[in-house]
Amino acid sequence: MAVEQKTVATTGNVLVAEAFRQCEPDVVAAYPITPQTTIVEEFAKFVAQGKVHTDYVTVESEHSALSACIGASAAGARVMTATSSQGLALMWEELHIASGMRLPIVMANANRALSAPINIHCDHSDIMGARDAGWIMYFAETAQEAYDNTLMALRVAEHPDVLLPALSALDGFITTHSIDRAEMFSDEDVAAFVGEYEPERALLDVANPVSHGTFAGLGGTFLEFKKAERNAMDSSMGVIKDVGAEFAELSGRPFDVIEGWGVEDADYVIVALGSTAGNARHVARELRSQGIKAGVLKIRIFRPFPFTEIAEALASAKAVAVLDRADSFGAEGGPLFLEIRSALFDAQKRPALVNYVYGLGGADVRLELMHQVFGDLADLADGVHEPGRLVYLGAR
Amino acid sequence: MANLKELTHNKEGLAGGHRLCAGCGASIAVRQIMLAAGNTPIVTGCATGCLEVSTTIYPYTSWTGPFIHNAFENSAATVSGVEAAFVGLKRAGKIPADKRIKFVAFGGDGGTYDIGLQSLSGAMERGHDMVYVCYDNGAYMNTGIQRSSATPFGAWATTAEVGKAQQGKTQRRKDLTSIMADHGIPYAAQASISHWKDLTTKAEKAFNVEGPAFINVLSPCPRGWRTAPDQSVEIAKLAVRTGFWPLFEVEDGHWRQTVKVMNRKPVEEFLKPQGRFKHLFTPENAELLAAVQAEVDRYWEFIQKRVTCEA
Repeated sequence: MAVEQKTVATTGNVLVAEAFRQCEPDVVAAYPITPQTTIVEEFAKFVAQGKVHTDYVTVESEHSALSACIGASAAGARVMTATSSQGLALMWEELHIASGMRLPIVMANANRALSAPINIHCDHSDIMGARDAGWIMYFAETAQEAYDNTLMALRVAEHPDVLLPALSALDGFITTHSIDRAEMFSDEDVAAFVGEYEPERALLDVANPVSHGTFAGLGGTFLEFKKAERNAMDSSMGVIKDVGAEFAELSGRPFDVIEGWGVEDADYVIVALGSTAGNARHVARELRSQGIKAGVLKIRIFRPFPFTEIAEALASAKAVAVLDRADSFGAEGGPLFLEIRSALFDAQKRPALVNYVYGLGGADVRLELMHQVFGDLADLADGVHEPGRLVYLGAR
Repeated sequence: MANLKELTHNKEGLAGGHRLCAGCGASIAVRQIMLAAGNTPIVTGCATGCLEVSTTIYPYTSWTGPFIHNAFENSAATVSGVEAAFVGLKRAGKIPADKRIKFVAFGGDGGTYDIGLQSLSGAMERGHDMVYVCYDNGAYMNTGIQRSSATPFGAWATTAEVGKAQQGKTQRRKDLTSIMADHGIPYAAQASISHWKDLTTKAEKAFNVEGPAFINVLSPCPRGWRTAPDQSVEIAKLAVRTGFWPLFEVEDGHWRQTVKVMNRKPVEEFLKPQGRFKHLFTPENAELLAAVQAEVDRYWEFIQKRVTCEA
């Protein structure tokens, strides 16, 4: 039975800021960057109004933002932050340090293109730079999911079997700035859901001193630290699902690491991350009414990658289009395509695959483009097209 | 201020058995500063560099209190985060309001003057209650004596070589202590490992002020300076006596020379024992040597204008 919630009409960023407030972080260290800014602005209001006890560290760069978060988290604080694009890129060094030091920091990312040329609009080229950094990665389609994911991410990150940082990604402007309908929990329900953070080896526990960030350059221990990190990431999948089930119960909103629409009996499936899943679903629904078996598979958790679940979901499809909102120049396809293709390698039955790079720098993801993709999939299944192609969708 | 006997009763922050070189100025600076902090618990942060790699070889640590290393350019930001956690957790009632902890960040000149300057400037401007200590040995010693913006004019370094077309570093060193003082922080000082009383007094003051404090400590490096390990303190002393490294402090905007230098010696006396300056003593480099002296004079005069001699 879901708890009572308040229906609001607001933006993804406001909801992320509200989620931060409800999680009561001890420290937020952040630096403004479009289109993340309204998160840090909203949070600054909470600080000024005395609605949070958080020490809000308004740093001079994103590098220092995550550096201060790392210090604060190692100190034993609950820590949250937000960034985007160039900011996430500037944090890149610190992303690996946060996960290597096993610090459960939660960071929202407003997905935005990376320069050059400079562009402030949505794509996933920034967030894909974090894919190998040891962070759990949630992707939101809607403002509601951005709120939900942020709350779940904190629970998962701080879980004693995980202790890894987590990213809660939402699409720049599309999800960060559009006003959407969403349900919000009461502060008490969030407090009960996220609980208190109980750090095991806090710097501020001065009676039990520990050294953090030591030099493991001798004797091969580095390899063992990294193996432990890999194990933590792998085992986080179970925690993500358990926390998701508990969250679904509480919210009345189902959660799974992947979310299919009509995938079970679909001939043609689009796989996407983030807001585009909505566009694809809209068109799939239209096609279904015309008797075409179209489906959409949305990936909600990118790290750890749900390869088993995806392989099972796509087993009976004839042709699958993987939509990448980022490229991996020189690779066979975009980052999501590479993951999906790898997930299918050991499958008994594999659909034909095609990869689209689309929507870079906020290029419109029009419904005609989704129609075009489903049309291509029919051609692919009929052998008109060769599988494995990479197409820049909508490019002149 | 504590005398030597009193200091020896304080807790050692850096235990023996670390892997720093014999004669390393950094370990002397750190030990004196940690002793000066008294018995209030200290959380220490350290930038990547000799001090960090030599004191925290997993599974060992030389730090008797809590310690954190994050990366090269961000020990100030990292410790600012630790201090923010202390503030936030106190506000949450998770740490008693009367609990006292001190916070110190160490970095070499590479991690402070160069790659960490932005992080340091930000932390000082934000007003965290922390002490930042630069152990200045005038080059990237951990990676093999590459020049930094703290490397003195004319010094040899592995990226400021001596050859037919160039005689060591061609630029003057950056005056970081003045830059930090000009942030308007409550306390900034320049110290040397050779003057322990001056250094520990400055460290005590730095720990006692509310808000950010900065100390720049001249810390000779026998490997990089090309000197004998037993000469470090003596050479640091010569840096002070030649005016290469004036000892001063800036308390709430008030500049004061803490060690007066009578009959300032020619800089040659500081340069001569160091292999990194040996090319300056060839007949063809006489002009360069004079230019080094002129640069020391210029800096000395600049600082003299800012201090009122009270020592």
